[in-house]
Amino acid sequence: MTLAGAHWLTPVRATGRLALAALATVGAIALFAIRGLTAMFIGPWFPGQALRQFIAIGFYSLPVVGLTAVFTGAALALNIYTGGGRFNAEQIMPQIVALGITRELGPVLAALMLAGRVSATIAAEIGAMRATEQIDAMRTLSTDPFRYLVAPRMAAAMIALPLLTLVADIVGIGGGWLVATLTLDFNPVVYARSTVDFVEAWDVGSGLIKAVVFGFIIALMGCYQGYTASGGARGVGRAATQAMVSAGILIFAMDYVLTTLFTER
Amino acid sequence: MSAPIPRLEWKAVTKRFGGEPVLDGLNLSVEAGRSLVIIGGSGQGKSVMLKLALGLLRPDAGTVLLDGKPLPGLAGRAQRRLYDRAGVLFQGAALFDSLTVWENVAFRLTNADGVSPAKARIRALAALEQVRLTDAVANLYPAELSGGMQKRVALARAIVADPDVLFFDEPTTGLDPVTASAINALIVDQVKRLGCTAVSITHDLASARVIADDIAMLHAGAIVWRGRSEELATTDNRQVRRFVDGGA
Repeated sequence: MTLAGAHWLTPVRATGRLALAALATVGAIALFAIRGLTAMFIGPWFPGQALRQFIAIGFYSLPVVGLTAVFTGAALALNIYTGGGRFNAEQIMPQIVALGITRELGPVLAALMLAGRVSATIAAEIGAMRATEQIDAMRTLSTDPFRYLVAPRMAAAMIALPLLTLVADIVGIGGGWLVATLTLDFNPVVYARSTVDFVEAWDVGSGLIKAVVFGFIIALMGCYQGYTASGGARGVGRAATQAMVSAGILIFAMDYVLTTLFTER
Repeated sequence: MSAPIPRLEWKAVTKRFGGEPVLDGLNLSVEAGRSLVIIGGSGQGKSVMLKLALGLLRPDAGTVLLDGKPLPGLAGRAQRRLYDRAGVLFQGAALFDSLTVWENVAFRLTNADGVSPAKARIRALAALEQVRLTDAVANLYPAELSGGMQKRVALARAIVADPDVLFFDEPTTGLDPVTASAINALIVDQVKRLGCTAVSITHDLASARVIADDIAMLHAGAIVWRGRSEELATTDNRQVRRFVDGGA
């Protein structure tokens, strides 16, 4: 029996095939990202498209991001109060809530909400355009789909998510303040003063930098999955799901990388 | 005297999908000002031929020539020059759902040619009139139109910039005979009016007979017959006879 026909090699071959396919996908996404960024920074631009996307991605996500942030801020305050109580350190609650929201939960929760709402929508929109030959039609109409479809969505998400994160920061801290003052007998003015005095510009800034990166990931995964969708309506559905899942995983992975970098600062 | 350079030519073109050849050393050309229709059964590679000619796919071997110059490898400005000269009617119309009818027709003008929206709208309305559609549909969305009207809008979009070459991908598929006949008549009208070269693919023989000057039959990845439109009825080519008699 030759080595090529050996049965014991089957799992090795399968692993190799999987590894090669994964590498090919990573390469394809990287090339897609470079094309998208190039189109974003080098004209011609479509500002009308970017504005439309900014409204769709940013403005219409305000309610979901705001609601998520207020409840998370409130729950975080309660948990920190409980944990702090074990060390007689309840009074550090405002500072920890502020730090947790601005550096971590604000950008991550806003990004996850957008990954669910926006990334899937982008993938479905562009996937449907792919399935109905609208992307081919656009090319034959002398218009680069990367400039018309991908770049405006990337730009809109990278601008909208930091703004949504700022909203999430304010509303999330507000949620903690509400719980603290209404149910835990904190003095409203002292709580607010403690928060303002404690929070540094870098706490907010590092969260906003994360938000820019997360915005890019959300738009990239939505556009990539939609642009490469195949197989009709089923393929479009699959692209939407994959966009949401892959954006979510990449957000968590990138959050860890960025937090590590920012912590070493 | 040397023969005139064809407007469009597929030269020894091979295209494979998953290792299987769909087009296998295919040769075909169309002269300027002629209307060529490529017929053939489903899955024979007609759409692939069209996509190769439009630069949407690249051949694995061989080349597609426009006015004697190769298309593969074109990028950026060169590709833009190809698309500036071409108008395409896609099988499913491929209208942009999020844009109104006039915005669809004027898409190239406003987004690629830098024409102001006001002027582009005037030209779009004129193109709609050419395909017998009134101003009343201009502000509707594609989803609000019938299949036949969508094809007319797509035709208006294809002709709005006065192209040199028009491509039609199954222009009458999915239409009732009356609407299909109207679309055929519009195609003939517009090709004559513009004096352009037309390349169509279809398996609708009635449509082929109306819009073609020349007909080519694609079978098993190669052109197995080519002749004048009127010769289709009399040729004794076995594949053509099977296709025509089976489809008549």
